[in-house]
Amino acid sequence: MRFTRGKSSIILIGALGVLAVAGNGFSGTGPDAVVLDSLAELYEPVQFNHAMHVELAEGKCAKCHHHTTGAAPLEPRCLACHKGGIDGGVYACRDCHPLKRFEADYLASLTANPQLYHNDKPGLKGALHRNCLGCHVDNGGPSGCKDCHPRNAKGDAAFRAEVVAPPAGHKSGGH
Amino acid sequence: MKNFNRRNFLKGGLATGLAAVATTSPRPAAASGSFGGYPNSMGVLVDFTRCVGCRSCEAACNKEQGLPAPDKPFDDLSVYEERENGQQRRTSEKAYTVVNRYDKTDRKSGPVFRKFQCNHCNEPACLTSCFVNAYTKTPEGAVVYNPKVCVGCRTCMIACPFYVPAYSYSSVTNPVIKKCIMCYDTRLKFGRPPACVESCPQEVMTFGHRADLINLGHERIRNNPGKYVDHIYGEREVGGTAWMYMSDVPFEQLGFNTSLGNEPIISYVKEFLTIVPMVLTIWPALFTGFHLLANRKKAAGDDEKPEQKQEEKQS
Repeated sequence: MRFTRGKSSIILIGALGVLAVAGNGFSGTGPDAVVLDSLAELYEPVQFNHAMHVELAEGKCAKCHHHTTGAAPLEPRCLACHKGGIDGGVYACRDCHPLKRFEADYLASLTANPQLYHNDKPGLKGALHRNCLGCHVDNGGPSGCKDCHPRNAKGDAAFRAEVVAPPAGHKSGGH
Repeated sequence: MKNFNRRNFLKGGLATGLAAVATTSPRPAAASGSFGGYPNSMGVLVDFTRCVGCRSCEAACNKEQGLPAPDKPFDDLSVYEERENGQQRRTSEKAYTVVNRYDKTDRKSGPVFRKFQCNHCNEPACLTSCFVNAYTKTPEGAVVYNPKVCVGCRTCMIACPFYVPAYSYSSVTNPVIKKCIMCYDTRLKFGRPPACVESCPQEVMTFGHRADLINLGHERIRNNPGKYVDHIYGEREVGGTAWMYMSDVPFEQLGFNTSLGNEPIISYVKEFLTIVPMVLTIWPALFTGFHLLANRKKAAGDDEKPEQKQEEKQS
């Protein structure tokens, strides 16, 4: 039997596959850059370099994405349920972590579902900071507020940046 | 009355008095019953393992409550060095909440940051002590006050076991109490979380129904063995508080008073106060009776030195 046609189609499909990966960098490793702006109010949106973090994670997507990419999670207590294997197709943090974690409707949804195991799931703001800061602090990454997102004018007003601190030793108030 | 002398009179008087107190003072059998808060009351669970001391909560509170400008911007972390008479920062008329840093704790990896504000007790001592009824414990859980009713006596500042209420010393004509109201007027009334809770980047504070938060807190302790001290401060202290705390280091190291007990502050005065009306009714009648009893011979007309006559009788 001659396999030339099968061989050439394999080569063709292989070439297309390579082009697909190289073209938009999407399959398998996600986008190169993400703009995190869902919570931007007092700070500018975060320009997140996803490609660099993919490199730093050395293929372990579970370091940030828990188990949602299909890999087994890294925390041992999660393995009881999430042994890994199913890529849910849901990767963005905001797809699971709610924007408004403490509003009445989300709290009601927690009460309505007493079987829910993940009832202590942080909202988006808490999830982003707690997931990122641990690794950043341990590995010398940016850990100050303004290192990842500079403050905008509204933020400056909120933090009262216009106040000039009195000189050391000054006692305020009448006492 | 053959043997009516001083000794017998005193014995009789003592016996009558004891009988009166024993029979007419209905002490409640279980005096330690406590209110426990409204059933759907909200609360906040504060987790000190998460706080990084960024002071976003202080900034949010300042904005939400329209407080005056602070002495230093809220991202100035040198406030953690401030000491007044050896004490770290406390709540004031300009700051309804403060964050303090504790360096000498059991945590090896760094300092512990603690947010401090009104705990919104179920049976507040401030409310108990206020004689003009300025304080209200709302069904939503917040302890709020009416600054128009407050007379500025500062009794609640003495009563509060956590030293929370602050005073507007800067006001000459109308100084009143100032404290955290859990953003009741602007948020809690509408089912929204307080500004500090919403602002926290680390989600140090979890807002929800108080009963749910207690369960959540214990679950968090159970799911992270060894991480937390196995105690939720405020779950039972002084009758329970709406703001509760979890920590990885012993609470005493963070300035918490762990010897407060579980009795609400009011129970230290409740029994005494319930007796007062009864005493004010019984004692005048009782002592009038003694007075009349002792002076009945005098009243009968024989009023020439009755003591002398008694002495003559006894000798």
